[in-house]
Amino acid sequence: MQRMIGKRAVSSLISLVGLVVLVFFLSRLTGDPAALYLPIDASEEMRQNFREIHGLNDPLLVQFGRYIGDLAVLDFGESIRKARPAIEVVLEGFAWTLQLALITMTLVTLAAVVLGSLAAFRVGSLFDRLASMLSLIGASAPDFWIAIVAIVVFSVGLGWVPTSGTGTVWHWILPIAVLFIRPFGLIVQVVRGAMLTALGSAYVKTARAKGVRNRPIIFVHTLRNAMLPVITVIGDQAAALLNGAVVVETIFGFPGVGKLMIDSILQRDFNVILAAIMVTALAIFVMNLLIDIAYALLDPRIRT
Amino acid sequence: MSDTTTVPVPPKPAAMRERPALLRLASMLWADKFAFAAALLLLAMIGCALVGPWLMGDAAGGQNLRARNAPPFDLSRGWLYVLGGDALGRPLLARIVVAAQNTLLIAAGAVACSMIIGTTLGLVAGYRGGWTGEVIMRLADVIMSFPSLLLAVIVLYMLAPSVANLVLVLAITRIPIYLRTTRAEVLEVRERMFVQAAIVMGASTPRIVFRHILPVILPTLLTIATLDFAFVMLAESALSFLGIGIQAPEITWGLMVSQGRQYLTSAWWLAFWPGLAIILTTMSLNLLSGWMRVALDPTQRWRLEIGGKRNG
Repeated sequence: MQRMIGKRAVSSLISLVGLVVLVFFLSRLTGDPAALYLPIDASEEMRQNFREIHGLNDPLLVQFGRYIGDLAVLDFGESIRKARPAIEVVLEGFAWTLQLALITMTLVTLAAVVLGSLAAFRVGSLFDRLASMLSLIGASAPDFWIAIVAIVVFSVGLGWVPTSGTGTVWHWILPIAVLFIRPFGLIVQVVRGAMLTALGSAYVKTARAKGVRNRPIIFVHTLRNAMLPVITVIGDQAAALLNGAVVVETIFGFPGVGKLMIDSILQRDFNVILAAIMVTALAIFVMNLLIDIAYALLDPRIRT
Repeated sequence: MSDTTTVPVPPKPAAMRERPALLRLASMLWADKFAFAAALLLLAMIGCALVGPWLMGDAAGGQNLRARNAPPFDLSRGWLYVLGGDALGRPLLARIVVAAQNTLLIAAGAVACSMIIGTTLGLVAGYRGGWTGEVIMRLADVIMSFPSLLLAVIVLYMLAPSVANLVLVLAITRIPIYLRTTRAEVLEVRERMFVQAAIVMGASTPRIVFRHILPVILPTLLTIATLDFAFVMLAESALSFLGIGIQAPEITWGLMVSQGRQYLTSAWWLAFWPGLAIILTTMSLNLLSGWMRVALDPTQRWRLEIGGKRNG
């Protein structure tokens, strides 16, 4: 287990370093922040001054060296846009996204496991086909379209929930509902498939022969084994959410890390882009670790 | 929409032998009514993509300010306006038909590129293994750990967001899927008896890989590609929606949704119809992929061949 974690950490670190290098140079190719932040009639002197302050005058390699040096003491640089430490800005946005992802994934997992198990238990029934159809639609729908249709119906038409922003509990409902749909569709299918396999296994037949009732068979005997492949998919989907639900956050004006990344790219706020990448990469690494641990807890065969 | 019959079937070598196989495929498709409907819809979409711009290109570009945001289901302006008009009075039906070309072209291009490159690398990694295989797999890991949307945003923001660049970005992010699947399958298939026999009989490496191994894993890859087509379409739509994909005057369905977003409260149909086109296409692809999983698997195929109780 420890060796596996170590190996995983090293390979994650390598790809993170590659990503940071790539984004560092690519983002700087998108243009000069001075042209964006200063008025059009700013003098050349002012532009020089601006670049000097933000350290954009030096050759790229010197800038890169300095960035890495600062990183070594956990200094992620300043955000040009907000004139605050970049890491502060990112952590603020990340806190929002983390809450959103946590709530959404908890709801998705609960709903998908229950629905998928029931569908597998009554395979071929109307309920099963309905669940399959529902999950198919969920997996095929473009989230941005669902989001704006939801706004038209529930905010503009019925006036139940606000269109965008944050503040009250009501603001959370639409983003969570929209983010819920795709992972839900996917996970229901996986749960159903895994449960079907598990229900056909010998230990379930044994339990049935001993006269165990249906409900304990689903929730005690089968579910624990069926959860293994499900957990992998849950992890993948959670990683996608942590990476920033860019589209949904943009539409609902949700101040999460996905919206922050898009804004920072469009506004050439380089330090924030890089800090956001590193924070989310770390989060995804930790999450994968948690999933491995959950795996080991669920399945004694993996514990070594 | 009625020109679906003109869609050419990919040319196959032995036309004599091919006919019964095609018929068998068609009857297996008929056995699953959902998949059959999905296939029809996809053929219609492909028909739109092929002849749409040629048939309705003028109508889709022609402004008619009297028909600005014309409501749907109103035939007084002609059947082209049955889905309503957009903010410049262009008929939405014609625009959706024309936009099918770019939307499907980008997705098809990205899927084809990622499948060819991914499969080739996967075959090498699986059959050669060793040091080369290790490098290829690490490369896939690196691509997989990239936040793909972010990468797309940066690249498209730097380069011009043209169709070719969009295909390139989307293709790169999808390569690992094919690569990993191919490698895993090759590792298993190459140990089977018929491959061993071919090696013993002195078949060359390209012959073993392309004549013996590839045909066995191709069905799996095709199933994944169908599913992936839907995914790539959604990704392209999201990019266009965010304003970093295809730029006007070119149109895709995602871009149409984004253009219609401003008029949500007054003219919902501007964003609704193109979104519906996306959802119908991706749903058909998902259904068809489910059918392919059964139809292309020799041990499962009987389910479709005997027709089933439900349809009997």
